[in-house]
Amino acid sequence: MTETTTRTDARSPSAPTAGTPSRERGRGRGFLDNSLVQLTLVRYKEFMREPEAVFWVFVFPILLAAGLGIAFRNRPAGKQHVAVVSSAPGAAALASALGKDSSLDVQLLDDSAAAFALRTGKVALVVESRGADSVVYRYDDTRSDALSARLITDDALQRAAGRPDPVRVGESHVRERGSRYIDFVIPGLLGMNLMGSGIWGLGFAIVDARRKKLLKRLIATPMSRAQFLLSFLLSRLTWLMFEVITLLGFGALVFGVPLRGSIASLAFICLIGALSFGAMGLLIAARAKTVEGASGLMNLVMMPMWVFSGVFFSSANFPKAMQPFIQALPLTAVNDALRANMLQGASLASVSGELAIALGWLVVCFVLALRLFRWR
Amino acid sequence: MHRWRPSHEYASGSSCAAIGSFYLSLPFTHFPMALFIRSLRKAYQDVTAVDGIDLEVADGECFGLLGPNGAGKTTTIEICEGLTTPDSGEVRVLGRTWKEDARELRERLGIQLQETQLSEKLTVRETVRLFRSFYREGRDVEDVIALVQLGEKRDGRVGQLSGGQKQRLALACALVGDPELLFLDEPTTGLDPQARRQLWDLIEQFRSTGRTTLLTTHYMDEAERLCDHVAIMDHGKVIALGTPHELIRSLGAEHMVEFATADAARLDTGVLESLDGVRAARASKDGFELEVDALHRTVPALLAELSQRGIEMNELRTRTATLEDVFVSLTGRHLRDD
Repeated sequence: MTETTTRTDARSPSAPTAGTPSRERGRGRGFLDNSLVQLTLVRYKEFMREPEAVFWVFVFPILLAAGLGIAFRNRPAGKQHVAVVSSAPGAAALASALGKDSSLDVQLLDDSAAAFALRTGKVALVVESRGADSVVYRYDDTRSDALSARLITDDALQRAAGRPDPVRVGESHVRERGSRYIDFVIPGLLGMNLMGSGIWGLGFAIVDARRKKLLKRLIATPMSRAQFLLSFLLSRLTWLMFEVITLLGFGALVFGVPLRGSIASLAFICLIGALSFGAMGLLIAARAKTVEGASGLMNLVMMPMWVFSGVFFSSANFPKAMQPFIQALPLTAVNDALRANMLQGASLASVSGELAIALGWLVVCFVLALRLFRWR
Repeated sequence: MHRWRPSHEYASGSSCAAIGSFYLSLPFTHFPMALFIRSLRKAYQDVTAVDGIDLEVADGECFGLLGPNGAGKTTTIEICEGLTTPDSGEVRVLGRTWKEDARELRERLGIQLQETQLSEKLTVRETVRLFRSFYREGRDVEDVIALVQLGEKRDGRVGQLSGGQKQRLALACALVGDPELLFLDEPTTGLDPQARRQLWDLIEQFRSTGRTTLLTTHYMDEAERLCDHVAIMDHGKVIALGTPHELIRSLGAEHMVEFATADAARLDTGVLESLDGVRAARASKDGFELEVDALHRTVPALLAELSQRGIEMNELRTRTATLEDVFVSLTGRHLRDD
């Protein structure tokens, strides 16, 4: 025995030896000593001790929602910037006539400065006088702000020239919660978050454990393999609760995003979504040996859904021919179901089609993952 | 004059049996075997990792698989651990087979793998507790942590442990199920001398309680110190088997004489082997290595021979023969290249 051992023994007189049976029975041990509970707790602790993961799952979606909410906040349309070419005859009179319209911001620029301002988007429209009763509009006809600048400018110009308005118009403004961009984007971000944390959270943890030969070490114990995989799903569900509550709480409190459907149905949609993305993560991680390999696969799987599944803009923007493909993606289904619940207060029955698609992915991915899974 | 026996003679089953015959001859049923291996084979795509080995490990002994990297030690131990399926051959662990009793065997074995990295984010206590939860019966978590001398680190993260502490934690995870049979795959590779001695103490403690250990190593001093029996492996075969003492004695020479000379070209092994008391001679990096059974006769004879030939000697060393010398004499190579 070396000195080190002797010292330890001296410190604690009843120090155990390598074989002394201080044997305990399995029975009578606490709930926390159950292997499924231990595996789940360990997953949970590993995640909470990874500051980057906590950032990407909790903080990043909120920053993104805040940024998008501010950038696309609904506000009275701003002034349209218009340039009048100063070298043309009658330019000053034209500019002052247009300047009387409160929704136009008019500046006099020489020809090249006006062209530069138009090219760089500083102005939406350039007006050039061609004599006493003739003007030319220069603008990009694919830009909606240029089109509205053209309409407003033309309106102001014609009225200043004495056009009568035969119809009297009254206005009533309606700004409804639930139809703003932030109302559209919060459910989309929630869906994207469910996908990201499901696929990354499960995939990386499993591939990393395989790379470190930890999976191999674990299956050398009597540990139940089913419990091991189950612990990933269980710990996923714990974070899921936090993720959903933080993001929706933020949306509701800061931007007043409506929650019109029942909370129980919303929770159920999140659960199905999280489980099916978790199963996808498991499938991606079933064989990959390196984190790099797995991360390539994950991006390959997630990229189409980021683009097509209506996170930031409606998936209806894509051509009709692509719609069957887009509708079959699990994120499209989850996003549509979340929006129907939150914005229209739809019941579970009315989103059963979307739920069926997500469930289908869950079953197919999980069964395949179990078949393909390699422990070493 | 004694000719050195060529290695293929050693590699044949008969000479192995000759060394290990004292217990091979006992009938299997009357002698409790912790591990029984017959004609074990395992090939991967392009290499035969294990090429027909036979081994028996008696209850309560510490058995060592000694050999260089790539000798097939890890494949052999992983087949015994139920992690790798052999192509052919018979394996009985604690009298049972992996095919029929896998679940029960896992309860009764303690395993430490060569390259496992335990989760760095967890503490020592959390890690041992997790492993404890897998076993129906086992040892108290705090006891095992104290046993491997990690008591002061029990709430420290695994990522902050030194290499030796990590290995002791791996041993704690192997011991927490209170195993009857302990498998250790290169438990001290890469550790500093003090950390190795600490681990050796723990392995000896385990052995002193009458439990069985199978360990692999490429350190001959480790095998000599810890093991009751050693199987020397090379290229997937067992090339020698016996107690460390028997193996060293099989050299027929208890001592080694090493000398360095700038005039090595003017000497040959034939001349040296004809000297009194020399069993075998080999050229080494900057001189020669002699296996010697009587130092007091060989050293004067060697000095006389060199001075008669006018060859200058730069360095002379004598030492007791080790398992390393056994390996070198069998294969002509050293256990470790570095």
